[in-house]
Amino acid sequence: MSGYPEYMQASLKKVAATRPARLEKAREGREVVKAMTLAEREDVLNKFHPDYLPDARKPVRVGPNKGEEMTSRVVDLLESYPRINPDDFDLSEPDYDTDVLIIGGGGGGCMAAIQVANAGMNAVLATKLRVGDSNSMMSQGGMQAAVNPHDSPTIHYLDAIGGGHFDNNPELVQAMTIDAPRIAAYLEELGVMWDKDSEGRLMTESGGGTSRRRMLSCRDYTGAEIQRVLRDEVKNHPDKITIVEYSPAVELLLDEAGEAAGALLYNMETGEYNVVRAHSVIISTGGYGRLHIKGFATTNHYGATADGLVMAYHAGTKLLYMDSVQFHPTGAAYPEQIVGFLITEKVRGLGGQPVNKEGELFVFPLEPRDVEAASFIRESTERSLGIETPTGRVGVWLDSPIVNLLNGPGTIQTALPAMVRQLKRFGIDMTSEPMLVYPTLHYQNGGIEINADTETTLAGLYAAGEISGGVHGRNRLMGNSILDYNVFGYRAGHAAVQRAKALVDRPPAKLHMDHVRAYRKELEEAGIPETSHAPILLPEYRNPEVLKKHRKDYDPFLGEFI
Amino acid sequence: MVDNPRTPPIITAMEEKEVEVKAPAQEKVPDESPKENLIPVFIMGKRFFVPESFTIITAMEYVGFQFKNAVGCREGFCGACATIYRLEGDYKLRTGLACQTVVEPNMHLAQIPFTPAVKAVYDISKLKPELVSIQRYYPEVFRCVACNSCTKACPQEIEVMDYIQAVKRGDLETAADLSFDCIMCGLCAVRCPAEMVQFNIALLARRLTGRYLLPRSHHLEKRLAEQREGSYEKDIEELMGLSRKGLTKRYTERDLDFEVF
Ligand SMILES: Cc1cc2nc3c(=O)[nH]c(=O)nc-3n(C[C@H](O)[C@H](O)[C@H](O)COP(=O)(O)OP(=O)(O)OC[C@H]3O[C@@H](n4cnc5c(N)ncnc54)[C@H](O)[C@@H]3O)c2cc1C
Ligand code: SF4
Ligand code: SF4
Ligand code: FES
Repeated sequence: MSGYPEYMQASLKKVAATRPARLEKAREGREVVKAMTLAEREDVLNKFHPDYLPDARKPVRVGPNKGEEMTSRVVDLLESYPRINPDDFDLSEPDYDTDVLIIGGGGGGCMAAIQVANAGMNAVLATKLRVGDSNSMMSQGGMQAAVNPHDSPTIHYLDAIGGGHFDNNPELVQAMTIDAPRIAAYLEELGVMWDKDSEGRLMTESGGGTSRRRMLSCRDYTGAEIQRVLRDEVKNHPDKITIVEYSPAVELLLDEAGEAAGALLYNMETGEYNVVRAHSVIISTGGYGRLHIKGFATTNHYGATADGLVMAYHAGTKLLYMDSVQFHPTGAAYPEQIVGFLITEKVRGLGGQPVNKEGELFVFPLEPRDVEAASFIRESTERSLGIETPTGRVGVWLDSPIVNLLNGPGTIQTALPAMVRQLKRFGIDMTSEPMLVYPTLHYQNGGIEINADTETTLAGLYAAGEISGGVHGRNRLMGNSILDYNVFGYRAGHAAVQRAKALVDRPPAKLHMDHVRAYRKELEEAGIPETSHAPILLPEYRNPEVLKKHRKDYDPFLGEFI
Repeated sequence: MVDNPRTPPIITAMEEKEVEVKAPAQEKVPDESPKENLIPVFIMGKRFFVPESFTIITAMEYVGFQFKNAVGCREGFCGACATIYRLEGDYKLRTGLACQTVVEPNMHLAQIPFTPAVKAVYDISKLKPELVSIQRYYPEVFRCVACNSCTKACPQEIEVMDYIQAVKRGDLETAADLSFDCIMCGLCAVRCPAEMVQFNIALLARRLTGRYLLPRSHHLEKRLAEQREGSYEKDIEELMGLSRKGLTKRYTERDLDFEVF
């Protein structure tokens, strides 16, 4: 039985009809359709990528990047007023005193915490939801690492920097590609079950923009497998790592020298605020998918609201490439309940093909993500060759049944069990029918500027993972962000320990939030009205009809009358 | 737009300042779908009316809940949204993930945002990949009465009882394989009459398997040895020294080679 409505059947028949010819071509070699030239790529990006729409960006009026153009939604967030008033807090008696404070319990934060514990120092790991409720838990496809004989970190470097349109910080790409094999081995030692053949060779797949098979995987639970192992390892150090859950940080705290020395946490369950003092602070709060930039659906977890970016910016940290958003080409477009969910790139890595309403393969399946996404939008808008859904969306087919024909029966079922299960829950059998897809908001390409030791422009503050900028330039390739948070989470842990070791004997730092006062003043002086506050901590999905019936001066989230 | 277009539009702190921009998807066709039917569901005993195609999470948001726990990924990967429910006229206590389960008329539900669980503290480098390692930390594994309640409760369709049996036989690799898709939602443990925490036992079995039982990759070991000599640093530094033009040339001229090994 088909999982799609009657009116889509004609188009589905066309997809099935063109499949044998497409299959034949795919069997002969990988280039089923010619890849675009750099000029063609640029053209489709300029015309169709959401980043290039006229009002996609605007200059930010305050802070260290003042005058620079950024994604409009991000500018609105940075131009929001701090959500707390520094005068309300006594910072002189911290609730936690530790060596290293780590903000964000995703993959990057956990990796850093383990390093701190292994160095014999203490850490507080503060996070918004539970440890592991993060984007890291969700990644499916894989992690890049040049482990094959005909591959090398050098080729990996070239792929990453070309994919990022040559805007990447070379020092960071070097660190990432050179560390990659070592990280793969380190994770294996922790007990991550990489996919291997019977002789122990790591299975590798290709991904968009890679010139070799380089994607290591753990079935299609790659992120979950790594994240649950890292989380478990964090919990194996109860004497060193204090986990503080459901307690997002809302502002950073600085010391007398203006260096990062802690954070103010907001306990979402009890409403109290807690002060953490530390010698070094690592920020690893991940991305911003839940900002729903340009109204796009997102693949990100519930807590991906750019809090870290806002806090660090308030404290004077420079950001990089905040004008570029990654839309993943293949978000689910049907059925409605799963719109925006990620259909992993691995489907195309295994030979899946994007096909239009007429059954035509219209783009090289593994262009860099931004190019692929822009092509899908072109197909659906200008060319009108997309498929409309009953709720007024549009999408293109991703021909998945071809994967089994190409690689042998059962390939999809063993390589993509999560995907198969998820679609089955909503009535689609991806082994026999294609999926309907459309670009979805996926990844924060830019972020806090760092160097290879994860130092930010604010002394004492280290940043790792999706929150940082520069590693991927203006476009990240698949598999490089799992790698990113592991490599730089590891480095951040070590760098933070170094600093903490040098500072252990200093008298306790006097904490303050003068930077928050100064930021507020700057906003006022720029004439920006106080209509919104940040960081937002959680996205707002409640029915406005219900919110209308709240007492006007009651903030149900803060649990306070305002 | 949001998870579901028929959920309320996103309103955030910045709402008023947002420029009205239509996403390309929405530009094309207006939403002409008929208004959704509302059905009654009981959330912790209290009745609410929610759209019939919504998942439990989006339905709860629709009626005004704001989640501060019991939600994470919203896509079936994190296990934060474990939920138990009963359907009208049915004695069975059912389990599911709130982000993946569509509401049903007269569903009575409660969430279980947290499962108190025994979690062993160990140093993986000092353990042997054998039954004794698990026995030492989780002796309760032998109390399994093979009732299969865990398997029935698992939203991931995992053969939970079978992996526990595999552990008991000392076959850690099979246990690792069978439990691989576990998202640690805790529903099996809540239902277990032998009071064990299956998901933590499975995690230990997998970590032992990943570290000790899977064969080592010689390619990886070779690469690490090569790297100790530092040859790639030099190659990359050469690339770093190129002008943007030179680098672009190297990039566009790079060969594609998709051989498996
Ligand atoms: C569906 C999906 C699939 C993906 N697939 C791949 C893939 O195949 N390959 C790949 O390389 N990459 C993939 N990615 C990207 C990759 O998973 C992420 O970029 C990466 O995991 C980010 O790690 P992180 O540690 O920086 O952030 P996260 O893992 O998101 O962790 C951030 C943590 O910080 C917490 N936090 C947020 N705000 C605060 C606050 N104010 N205070 C305290 N804590 C806070 C969050 O709750 C979260 O726990 C995918 C991403 C998604 C969403
Ligand atoms: S095995 Fe248990 S914890 Fe894991 S997914 Fe199934 S029910 Fe949840
Ligand atoms: S629920 Fe407990 S006792 Fe029953 S089969 Fe599962 S592990 Fe064994
Ligand atoms: S919210 Fe993560 S599994 Fe449901």
